[in-house]
Amino acid sequence: MKLYLKYFEIHLKSAMQFKGSFFATIISQFLTAFTVFLGITFMFGRFNSVDGFTYEEVVLCYAIILMGFGLSQLFASGFKVFDSMIGNGQFDRILCRPRNEIFQVLSQRIDFVRLGMLFQAVVMLVYSLVTCPVDWTFSRVLTVIFMIAGGFVLFSALFLLDGSIAFFTIQGLEVMNVFTYGALEHGKYPLSIYGRKMLTFCTFVIPYALIQYYPLTYVLGRTERLWYMFLPIIACLFVVPCWIVWRIGVSRYKSTGS
Amino acid sequence: MIEVKDLRKTFKVARREAGFGEAVKALFHREYEYIHALDGVSFSIRDGEMVGYIGPNGAGKSSTIKILSGILTPDSGICTVGGRTPWKERRAHVKGIGVVFGQRSQLWWDVPVIDSFELLKEIYSIPGSVYSKNLSELTETLDLSKIVKTPARQLSLGQRMRCEIAASLLHDPKVLFLDEPTIGLDAVSKLAVRDFIKRRNQDHGTTVILTTHDMQDIEALASRIILIGKGKILLDGTLDDIRRGGEHIDETVAELYKKFDV
Repeated sequence: MKLYLKYFEIHLKSAMQFKGSFFATIISQFLTAFTVFLGITFMFGRFNSVDGFTYEEVVLCYAIILMGFGLSQLFASGFKVFDSMIGNGQFDRILCRPRNEIFQVLSQRIDFVRLGMLFQAVVMLVYSLVTCPVDWTFSRVLTVIFMIAGGFVLFSALFLLDGSIAFFTIQGLEVMNVFTYGALEHGKYPLSIYGRKMLTFCTFVIPYALIQYYPLTYVLGRTERLWYMFLPIIACLFVVPCWIVWRIGVSRYKSTGS
Repeated sequence: MIEVKDLRKTFKVARREAGFGEAVKALFHREYEYIHALDGVSFSIRDGEMVGYIGPNGAGKSSTIKILSGILTPDSGICTVGGRTPWKERRAHVKGIGVVFGQRSQLWWDVPVIDSFELLKEIYSIPGSVYSKNLSELTETLDLSKIVKTPARQLSLGQRMRCEIAASLLHDPKVLFLDEPTIGLDAVSKLAVRDFIKRRNQDHGTTVILTTHDMQDIEALASRIILIGKGKILLDGTLDDIRRGGEHIDETVAELYKKFDV
């Protein structure tokens, strides 16, 4: 942990070397997320509800997903550039250091500009916490925290999987963006609106629904099933297969060039 | 100290002819070629030795260094450094080695060099007193006092290389791997780097394995030479063994490459 703080410090120092671009990018990240929010708002100007969910409820849903996604972009984006780490020999260097490889890849990049995205998420979260007609019991608040944490872990696991693929292809696969950015795009609405098949896929294949739809229904009081609040924790098990792929990748690692 | 026995490593390389048509063809059907980067390499190196590991491009030098430093896993063969197998006990192994890749930096680009050093202190969990002792010694012998507060991107190549070497020695490794440490350096920097490596070996008994194309490096540093070509060890001996007369060292080596047809 102390080492991670050291990395954190050095990233912050590096980022502050270029003040102008640093702040400009933060603002643009905020604006990007903000336009999506506007999109939701305009749509609800025409419709009063989507699949039975009100405007405030959808904003809550989007805020939670965006928060999980933003956190994983902030801390786990090392995996997003992992193909270039292999290409330029940075991963060779990582292997020469007496620390865990995943830890080091994570430490190579802390993407501070994502703070803009997170800020937008916080604004929406506060807004919906206040406006949603929800009785905020302890267990409901805890569920929201679980959902955010679960989202963070799930998206990070997907980034890890994305990075691991680079071991086998040397270059990353854009296909994986479907499951990360695509999921953020679709995740702004409760997943049930996409129909039964989609929901099944998001429950058993890539467990987005476990961090989003099911616990959300518990938070909004649409179900009495208390165990729904623990589903985000189950979703974290998705890390295991991703980690196995990573291990296989490391053991087959070929390195490049001289 | 270092024992290598019958090390083998094969790479599968896609091959195709030049041209756009061939590129399209390669998209669907690809022919592979197996390159034996290491084809039964064996040698042993004692504590405190300085060994020049030479050979033409693509001979297997870097593959050997990468296996010895725990980056690559060989297909077969035995390799131990200080009793440990690098790829099996990677983390314990790398604590005792230092690696300098002449063509790749390990310093953080945008922050002063000293910040990179501080980070390495944490990465290797170097105790505070040991760290400050090593740092002041390295600062003095490599003449770093004026440059450690400069961001790495603003250093000249020679200055940067001195910092790279310091960075890989902060944790007192027993073995130092140098992969082309003098590449691209001017005469003054080259001499400084060579001089430092020599002193390090004498004062600390650090085992040094050096790959280079610069034969003057070898002449100045290595008491022993291992020549590798096409994945096989062709020659293992002293500089005097391979040298016949008063000819230039470069000619001697070129002659050797020709003789072994590598």
